[in-house]
Amino acid sequence: MPFVALLGPQRFTPTLGEAVRSLGIEGRLASVTAGWQEREAEDLELHEHLGERTVNLQLYARGEDVAERDPELAAAHRERQAELRELQGLYRLRLAAAMEACAALERSSAPERLREREIEAALEEIRRLDAHHFERVTEIDEAFERSIRPGERPQVARHRRAVARLLDRTEAVAIAGGHVAILLNRLRTFGLDGELGRRPVLAWSAGAMAVSERIVLFHDAPPQGSGAPEVLGAGLGLVRGLVPLPHARRRLELGDAGRVARFARRFAPALAVAMDDGCRLEIRPDGWRASPGLWSLTSTGAVLPLDAA
Amino acid sequence: MSRALRELIEAGPVTPAALDAFLAGRQVPMVEGGTVTFLYRGEADAVYLQHWIYGLPAAVPFTRLDGTDLWYLAQEIPVRSRVEYKLEVQEGDRSRLIRDPLNPLLAHDPFGANSVCQGADYRPPRWAEPDPESRPGRVETLRIDSAALGRSEEVGLYLPARFRPTRRYPLLVVHDGFDYLRYAALQTVLDNLIHRNEVAGMIVALTQSRDRLREYAADERHARFLVEELVPRLERDYPLAAGPAQRGLMGASFGAVASLATAWRHPGCFGRLLLQSGSFAFTDIGPSRRGPAFEPVVEFVNAFRARPAAVAERVFVSCGVYESLIYENRSIVPLLQRTGMQVRYVEAHDGHNWENWRDRLREGLSYLFPGPLWMIYE
Repeated sequence: MPFVALLGPQRFTPTLGEAVRSLGIEGRLASVTAGWQEREAEDLELHEHLGERTVNLQLYARGEDVAERDPELAAAHRERQAELRELQGLYRLRLAAAMEACAALERSSAPERLREREIEAALEEIRRLDAHHFERVTEIDEAFERSIRPGERPQVARHRRAVARLLDRTEAVAIAGGHVAILLNRLRTFGLDGELGRRPVLAWSAGAMAVSERIVLFHDAPPQGSGAPEVLGAGLGLVRGLVPLPHARRRLELGDAGRVARFARRFAPALAVAMDDGCRLEIRPDGWRASPGLWSLTSTGAVLPLDAA
Repeated sequence: MSRALRELIEAGPVTPAALDAFLAGRQVPMVEGGTVTFLYRGEADAVYLQHWIYGLPAAVPFTRLDGTDLWYLAQEIPVRSRVEYKLEVQEGDRSRLIRDPLNPLLAHDPFGANSVCQGADYRPPRWAEPDPESRPGRVETLRIDSAALGRSEEVGLYLPARFRPTRRYPLLVVHDGFDYLRYAALQTVLDNLIHRNEVAGMIVALTQSRDRLREYAADERHARFLVEELVPRLERDYPLAAGPAQRGLMGASFGAVASLATAWRHPGCFGRLLLQSGSFAFTDIGPSRRGPAFEPVVEFVNAFRARPAAVAERVFVSCGVYESLIYENRSIVPLLQRTGMQVRYVEAHDGHNWENWRDRLREGLSYLFPGPLWMIYE
């Protein structure tokens, strides 16, 4: 496993520069701001924050360029995305019913010795559903890769070579947040999934989610819907065994022990980790080191400092 | 009556000093569960609560506490209610309608301001308050020479934060748009909801008729102004996304009538409708009792009821249960649903006022123009 640092959200508490310094990275850094979509190039603040040492890989713009020059690939991509959106909708329907069953059991006045096993069984159903959805998404992605072979198409291959050349001149990669699905798509399309394992990676917000092994979307109080966390699919897998939850204090009701416990139990054995602004989680081959501001959601409903979890 | 007031009375003679102490720093009206006690202090022959809650007597009398100048009224107000009111104070032949001097909470509208009673468990939405984290959008104004209306019309245009001419945005046309800005905090609401990704970044056209009772009453000229003049002009000058799903109409009261009537006259143009406390008056037999301004509205709504049609794809309807229009809104919802349109209907314990309409904006806008909340982690 390569060295990876997951950072808290950077907008109000930028800590990337400090992390780069403390990790002894002195050379240039490749930056990925594809999650910002059409604002990808508006990275001056990031560039200055890192002492003007960044080279933006411009993965979003490259994606737009490929879409324009390779309409067949663009159409196939749109078709896959439409299929994935439909599938996510179907998963959401099943998930809503399964989550409601679990919540109803938790509300039940039945004796705890009876209730607890039923709750565990209901959670197991949800885990099975999550795993099923994960598999279905993976199948669709793999079928797309097999039939379209995007990496071998001239326009993509050309950009991949350009990205690889840029990466060769950098010491580490900084991956910003934004739209997690678009970010992940661009990282994969331009071969970063293979390249990232060879150099240190610093990632935050959606970037932290994209480098994890399984991407979980979350918001406890959306204006529409029940707010049940959803599995989106596989991430790049640079970080295993944890579910990064950036902006958790804004997006999750961490004081609601029932929700916290359900989240933790559902995604166990992976650790669900809430990431405050300013925090840093270093993941090295020999283990990880957590700064203050990282919190583990636990099966008891408590939210504990990650080191104590 | 509130427990605190009862204890004051039971404690013995209520002196002016005791009353001063009782009222000092106290939140008035006093809310205890579903009971609200209104207070007024001063010399008067009678005091009444004027509340605009449909279904209750228009003016509810206060009781004077013997030997004092304190007047009180305990009124059942369900939890989560929000009630706007004034006090009518009678002295001899003179009657004054005033805001509650003991209550600093006010709600403004084009006619002035009312006092506000926030019932138990009502909380003003935080997303309607300025948030320093939200990036602000901006409002421009433009003039359109309208042949349909026969005059030059000023239209406000809200452009979201980080607006980019290279991106395509949905369009929402808001009736009484400047009133929504002033009295329903629309700009703050848009800034916050777009910043939080709960609502898609959008361009919002703010129209403000000078003769709304005529032009919003299902007037063909108004519909033509929107469809044939305003939208094409905006499509020419601004990066708008194409298709009815990317275009919406919104309005309250007569503005809701104008929204539905415009969509009805031009089906397929606007795919999203946000209708708040619509003045959807109708008759089953005989004339309407709502007055001449409603006649064209009744004609339109009766025609719509006779031939309900899917004029949009998705409709959000809201109404306060304390409005007389609750009957008309409850009546129109099944009709809208029967056409096959996706319809979301929401009721609130509130009246026909701007803060009621403000409080429903998050649910309505996020239903009609959902933002990428689940996907964006910045």
